[in-house]
Order: sequence, then structure tokens, then C-alpha cells
Amino acid sequence: METVMLVNAVEPKPIDMSRGRVFRAYLAEMRSECLRYLRAPSFMLPMLLFSSVFYLMFGVLINHGDGDAARYLLASYCTFGVIGPGLFGFGVSLAIERAGGLLTLKRALPMPPGAYLLGKMVMAMVTATLVTVLLLCIGVFAAHVTLNWIQMATLLLTGMFGVLPFCALGMLVGTLIRGQGAPGLLNLIYLPMAFMSGLWIPLSMLPAFLQRIAPVWPSYHLDRIALAAVGLNHEALLPHVLVLAGFAVGFLLLAARRLRRYG
Amino acid sequence: MSTPIAVARLAGAVKRYGALTALDGIDLTLHRGELLALLGPNGAGKSTAIGLLLGLIRADAGTVELFGQDPQQIAARRRIGVMLQSAELPATLRVGELLRLVASYYPTPRSVAESAALAGIADLLTRPYAKLSGGQQRRVQFAIALCGKPELLFLDEPTVGLDIEARGKLWAAIRQMLAEGCSVVLTTHYLEEAEALADRVCVIAQGRLIHQGSVEQLRARVAVKRISCLTPLPIETVRRWPHVIEAQLDGERLHITTAEAEVVVRQLFDADPQLRELEVRRGGLAEAFTELTRDAGEASLTEQREAA
Repeated sequence: METVMLVNAVEPKPIDMSRGRVFRAYLAEMRSECLRYLRAPSFMLPMLLFSSVFYLMFGVLINHGDGDAARYLLASYCTFGVIGPGLFGFGVSLAIERAGGLLTLKRALPMPPGAYLLGKMVMAMVTATLVTVLLLCIGVFAAHVTLNWIQMATLLLTGMFGVLPFCALGMLVGTLIRGQGAPGLLNLIYLPMAFMSGLWIPLSMLPAFLQRIAPVWPSYHLDRIALAAVGLNHEALLPHVLVLAGFAVGFLLLAARRLRRYG
Repeated sequence: MSTPIAVARLAGAVKRYGALTALDGIDLTLHRGELLALLGPNGAGKSTAIGLLLGLIRADAGTVELFGQDPQQIAARRRIGVMLQSAELPATLRVGELLRLVASYYPTPRSVAESAALAGIADLLTRPYAKLSGGQQRRVQFAIALCGKPELLFLDEPTVGLDIEARGKLWAAIRQMLAEGCSVVLTTHYLEEAEALADRVCVIAQGRLIHQGSVEQLRARVAVKRISCLTPLPIETVRRWPHVIEAQLDGERLHITTAEAEVVVRQLFDADPQLRELEVRRGGLAEAFTELTRDAGEASLTEQREAA
């Protein structure tokens, strides 16, 4: 046993951090995450433009005044648009921060537990909300889709919270791949999944096989909720909400396990 | 009064990665206000030792403590500051925003202005991180390490990529932190850095602590001295003298490596009473370090052969 001289020793005083300060640390993390991505055009522009340009093309320019088609496409491009910030905001940044050492630094620093994930989650929710607002504007002012306030608010909430299961999926991919390989893999998930869930072409126009397996994709369930928000789907929504919650929890647990084991 | 505890402690710490033993039972104790330099070749186990103390990885055996607590406890880490060898900070955030963010993790941080002044980056606060030069980014990372008013600083190769002036400023800032009672764990490839700052040097090789002591003690482990002088003596003759390990000619100047400087100097004067510009130096830290790690390498090779 080593004897330690008194003058050289430190007291095991517990460092008290008031609840208020811990709460402010969470807020600071969220604020930083949002600021850093809002200032990054290489992230924001594709996120905002991808779905809105598609919608402008197919919902407004090519679509000759078919109101139902414009309404349908508003819901499915909203779904398509909010998946992006979840998958890419979480997946790419996690993969790059694991490779670049930022995640290691944050784990060594006394960042409150969960602040890292919460910050990214809030950032993805903010971006998803911006995407939904942009599409709503195009839908209402350019495609002349008539929506009441409740429908608009419901679609907005669908986008805001619908991004969460895809955050969890992005996080899982971010733990599987390090660095710049993540965007490629994410696109391989994003685009085929969007297509097979009927986000680009209505499911009813797809082959019967794809129609049958559509409920496998989380994006299908989010699309059903978005369609209900704009008044095109009258089935019960609870099963879809539960399936999405299940996906979110499942992906999150897998990702958390990988992060704990392999960092 | 409660029992005094060390700032940081590794006792019999073992870490394995599959078949590879990265750390093979390391004992280390760090006291208050002390700067400990961890030296060792790449892959020797320095990063693993730091990783254990930062709570990034768990030891397979042995004890790891920060302020008497498990480093994975956030309360223990609220007393440390960290500067890693490579950490790409968010490119679009401004320096002041980064400092404010990291300071928010701590109970009683320094003000942004104070941290910036200590690290010499007061003029950079409004600049986005990505727009800074490599040396400036390194100084910002240093400011981030000290912004929480830590009692223990981990500095992993802090001066890589800094010019001589910036390095001097960083050293001065480290000394100021030490004077305030902060302890520092420093890993470095620059031996003169360890020489300039360290109270104690630990050399790690093959996952073991092969030397622990002051810089002077490390030097003393190596008995060789270097003699140099201007003399017309033929180098072949000098090489044949007893006790001369090595002799080299650098222009007119003769360099001799020996363990018995006094004997060789006497012999030099006997052979050439006119010899000029005589210098006798003890081997530097670099020589000591090379010799130590080479010995450890040979020892483990022998072990492997014996085991085979």
C-alpha cells in the first residue's frame, strides 16, 4: 500500500452540480447541435431541398391541377422529407464523430449522460419541422391543397415526432460504420425504403409483392399517419404509432449496445 | 478529517484486447500539483492507460481511480480537463460558443474570457473553429481542457503541430496551472517537453511501467557520456582505445561515446596535449529513453523465446 503525504492529497469532496446547472448543460448541448447544423449548408440544403424539389416537380409542375394527387404527395413527401434529418443528422454525424475523436472527447468530459443523443435528437426534430413547414407552404400556396388548421398542425406534429424512429435507425447505422462511409450506406437504406413504402409512387401502383411487404418498413407506417393528417386515410392510427415506437426502441437498444461495447 | 486520497491512481491495472495485452499490471499514483509525463513508443500502452483514467474503457483487472472514485462516475470527471491527441470539434461553431458549451458541463467553470486569456486565444473567440489554423485549433482545444477549472488536466500530445513560440506559451500556461495546484498527466513525443515540465517521468513499454522517477533519475539510468573535441588524432586509433563505445568524426570535431569519460579524457590529453574545445556531456533524455525501451524490447523477446 502506498502512503500518500497529506499535503499532496486531495479531499474526496463530492462536486455538487446544482440541478439548474445540469439542466443548462443539456440546453447548451441542444443549442450547440442546432446551431452547428443550421450553419452547415452542406447538411441543411440537401435536407430542405430534396423533398421540396421533388414535390414541386411531381405535385405542382407535372400534376395538372389534380387536387387529390397534390394532397397525397404532400403527405408522402413530408414523410420522405422528415426521414432524411433523422437518418443523416444522426447517422452521418455519429459516424464522423466516432472517427474524428469528438465522441471520445465528449465521453471523457463530464457531459451529462444522454445530452449528446438528446442534442442530436432535438436538432433532427427542428430540421424535420423546417422541412414540413416548407412542404406545407408549397402545398398550400403552390399546389393549392386546402387544409384546415387542425390538419396542418397534425402534419407538423407528425413530422416533428415522426423523425424519431429514423433518428434511432440512423444512430444504429452510425454505430456500424465509421467516418465517410456512412452517407453511402444511409442512401442505400433511405432511397429503396422510400420507394418501397410508396413515398414516390403510390403503393397501389407498385407490384403486389411490394405492396404486401410494405408494412415491414417504418416509413410505411409514418406515411399512413401523414396521410391521415391530410384526410386521406381513415384507418385506426394507434397500430402505426405503436409499430413506429417499437422500431424506435428496438433500433435504440441495438445502437446503445453497440456503442457500449465498441464505442 | 477524511482519509486523504490521490488525484489519480492505477493499481495493478490490466487491459487486454483479445490476445493482446495492452496494459500488463500498471501501478501509478498522481499527487496534487504534480506533472507526470508518460513516455513510451507508439503502441506501448500510453493511450490505454489514459483511456482507463478517463473512464473510456474498463480495466480487466486492478483498480482505476480518479479522486478515489471510478472514472466512469461523472462526479469524478467533473474535476478533470481533457485535451486529446485528435478531436475534430464542430466546424461551424465559434470558439466562444465551444468554450461556453464545454464550460456548461462543469459546476464552477472559468469565464470564457479567462479560459481564452490563459490559452492565448482571446482574439479568436468569434472565429468559426474550421477557419482556424492547426496550431490555433490546438490552442482552442487546450482552452477547452482548462475551462472547467479542473484539478487534473490530461494533455495528450498537446504541442504537436505548434510552432516554437506557441509551444512556449502553452508550456507557460501549463506551469501556471501547476502553480495553482492543478495536477497534469502529459503524454508527449518531445523529450524536451518532458524535460521542461515534468516532476516525474514514467516510461511505458510493452504494457509495463519500465521506469518511474525524476528526469534526472531517468538520465542517470544511462551511464554513457559524450565527449567531443578538436584534435588531429586519427579516428582509427581512438576507436581501439579501451572504454570507447563509439567514435565519429564530424568535420574536424571528434565525438566519442563512453561510459568512462574520465579515463578517456586522460588518454586524449596524453595522446594530444594540444587538443582544443573539449566538451563532456551526459547522455540526453533521448539516449536514455532509447536505451530503456530497447532493453525492455530485448527482455520481452527473451521471455518469448523462453516461453516458446
